[in-house]
Amino acid sequence: MNSSIKKNLLFSGVGGQGILLISELTARAAIHAGFDVKKTEVHGAAQRGGSVVSHVRFSQKVYSPLSKVGDVDILLSLEKLEGLRWAHYVKDGGIILLNNEERSPQPMTEKKVEYPQNIEEFLSSKRYNVQTIDAISIASEMGNYRAANTILLGAMASHTEIADEHWLAVMKENLNPKILELNLKAFERGKELTYSSV
Amino acid sequence: MNNKQFLSGNEAIARGAWEAGIHVACGYPGTPSTEIIENLARYEDVDVEWSTNEKVAFDVAYGASIAGARSLVSMKHVGVNVALDSLMVTPFSGVNGGFVVITADDPGMHSSQNEQDNRFFAKFAKIPMLEPSDCQEAKEFVKVAFDISEQFDVAVFLRTTTRTSHSKSIVEFSEPNRTPPQKYKQDPHKHVVPIWGKRWRNNIEERLKKLEEFAETFPFNAIEWNSKKIGVITSGICYEYAKEVFPDASFLKLGMIFPLPKKMIEYFCDGVEKIYVIEELEPFLEEQLRLLGVKNPFGLTNISGKDMFTNIFELSPDIVSRAFNGNGKQKNFESEITIPPRPPVMCPGCPHSGVYYVLHKLKTIVTGDIGCYTLGALPPFNALDTTFCMGSGIGNAFGMEKVHRNTMGKKLVAVIGDGTFLHSGIAPLIDIVFNKGITTIVLMDNSTTGMTGHQQHPGMGKTVRNLDTFAINYEQLIRAIGVNHIRVVDPYDLEETEAAMKEALALNEPAVVISRRPCVLIEEEKAKTRYPYEILDELCEECDLCLKIGCPAIDGSQSVPFISKERCIGCNLCAELCNFDAIRMIPTN
Repeated sequence: MNSSIKKNLLFSGVGGQGILLISELTARAAIHAGFDVKKTEVHGAAQRGGSVVSHVRFSQKVYSPLSKVGDVDILLSLEKLEGLRWAHYVKDGGIILLNNEERSPQPMTEKKVEYPQNIEEFLSSKRYNVQTIDAISIASEMGNYRAANTILLGAMASHTEIADEHWLAVMKENLNPKILELNLKAFERGKELTYSSV
Repeated sequence: MNNKQFLSGNEAIARGAWEAGIHVACGYPGTPSTEIIENLARYEDVDVEWSTNEKVAFDVAYGASIAGARSLVSMKHVGVNVALDSLMVTPFSGVNGGFVVITADDPGMHSSQNEQDNRFFAKFAKIPMLEPSDCQEAKEFVKVAFDISEQFDVAVFLRTTTRTSHSKSIVEFSEPNRTPPQKYKQDPHKHVVPIWGKRWRNNIEERLKKLEEFAETFPFNAIEWNSKKIGVITSGICYEYAKEVFPDASFLKLGMIFPLPKKMIEYFCDGVEKIYVIEELEPFLEEQLRLLGVKNPFGLTNISGKDMFTNIFELSPDIVSRAFNGNGKQKNFESEITIPPRPPVMCPGCPHSGVYYVLHKLKTIVTGDIGCYTLGALPPFNALDTTFCMGSGIGNAFGMEKVHRNTMGKKLVAVIGDGTFLHSGIAPLIDIVFNKGITTIVLMDNSTTGMTGHQQHPGMGKTVRNLDTFAINYEQLIRAIGVNHIRVVDPYDLEETEAAMKEALALNEPAVVISRRPCVLIEEEKAKTRYPYEILDELCEECDLCLKIGCPAIDGSQSVPFISKERCIGCNLCAELCNFDAIRMIPTN
């Protein structure tokens, strides 16, 4: 463990997309690498297709499981509007990884919901490093769209300063052997997509 | 076994209770408490149950304590309201085996109908309360709570909040102390409270004084001296937030928040220039502190609490920091770009959708209840007139009927889920029959406790460990209450559901329509082969009628709606609505 490393990560998306699994894998990779880790999210009503967010923080010693607004290093969002909703948590110059997935929210009033346009452009104009990844298409090309989240995790992994061995160990410990091979490949594929200019 | 694990607060509480030698654990599901009982059920040497409701859970666990075993009862904050009658007697009667009551509060109302600060219940009942600030403490505090309970002959509260229940951190395990229960000692003078309670009244006050003394040396009430400029008095998750915001300050961290260590507080306040009381929700610590009349050398005005840190919703490092620095609202991008909210929705194929479509169509007045089906209040159904708390809807409907029977009587419907009906819906239904009401009740039987994640209940024929048990027969039960008109419908059959509703509403007697179909998220349901549907562009007249079923698998943002093949489960509800045969099952070859 490098004692100077201190990372605040945020995972967002729509309930049911698998946010809690990828944030759990990330937290466990950080523990495997020797860090103190805290993680928090909300269960229950907030998950029935609603907006879901999970905080993961790691360093030598972590107090609060919640990050401060403007203090997050990396936001990984499985859905674009949810990326926009939580983007203000990201620090200037921080990284936003967006899955190229749009899900229209159900309206709360009789008015139809207008899905915001040009989310990537808007966020890029805010001094964030924004990368959109078409993870579902890539995963489908690899044979199973369900590996999309692992592709995104791979794309995020290099930015976390957690070495690959920890990610691989954690995936082996936590994923069903039947889908392990596919996910290891998807993780490698994701790493190739890592935004190199960051 | 690895000695260190990454656990949630709830998992840590289960582990701590097991290490403490617990024998009986009872609870009723409710976010954020649910996983405590679920995890305790994994320890085979503990007798664990999902109880019918929180009061029953309390009574069963307390009975185990009286019989001599360490026992625990777990519930969400509003569950304590239900169990309160039982709780309030225990200060008189004490315990035999250690007895711990877990209240999981939900500041911010993430998954609750209200916000309430259950720390006041400790003061109200005059029993001690501990509050952990992370998962390691959650585990340790349960064990300490059992010791305090036995030492002082009193029930002990352990209070968590959503951010301690559902945060995870690294927890170190200890060896369990699994000793057998004590022998049962008969003591009617202590335990038949209505007869001999008066003689114990004074004891409650004496016990409190002893607990106050105990709090002074309780190792989890601790001072961390640092800079003397700022002194923070805090407990629970707020300690973690405050440590982020005030890394150089001195801290008085309270592990026991009732009763308080007065001398320790005075000593701490005497040593710092400015005092911040940082606590979520109400000024529970602050009020007691001010009542103590702490004589800080800089005066009473040097205490800040709720004048700076809001009592509404949960705190966070961000909110504490902005309150301290006085820089108002957090920056987000709402002023520059519209960010539509994303409310939770009913699942594709949710059986409740069929019922709500029909109720909306019939323009009924509907009193709701607590569960996934509260989402029927949202568009496109807009089907609910009221929803308050567990089991209240049936009584509410009857009350409305009493006032407007001639105009509204034939339009009033109370909807209630199967789990909620068994929790507290039976008594109000008896009331309607007893008092000659004509209300119609829809029992939405999806064969599980949906919202909290499919916990077993008495209608399911399975215990918390999935062992077979008797399953309530709702028809027999309701008939025995005295309801003669009972109809069972499949909510996927809209015609049948509508006909049954019309029939029930027309009657001059109470009627129950049981809408029966399992929740689509139950494992057995998910294991079924799904045959998704599609909308044929060439036949679609763009009438949007299919959107009236409120299915999140149908995207209605374009002129011709589109069904997501990945999310559709093939319930056929949208196809039933289509007047142009434009919706069909996707041909499989």
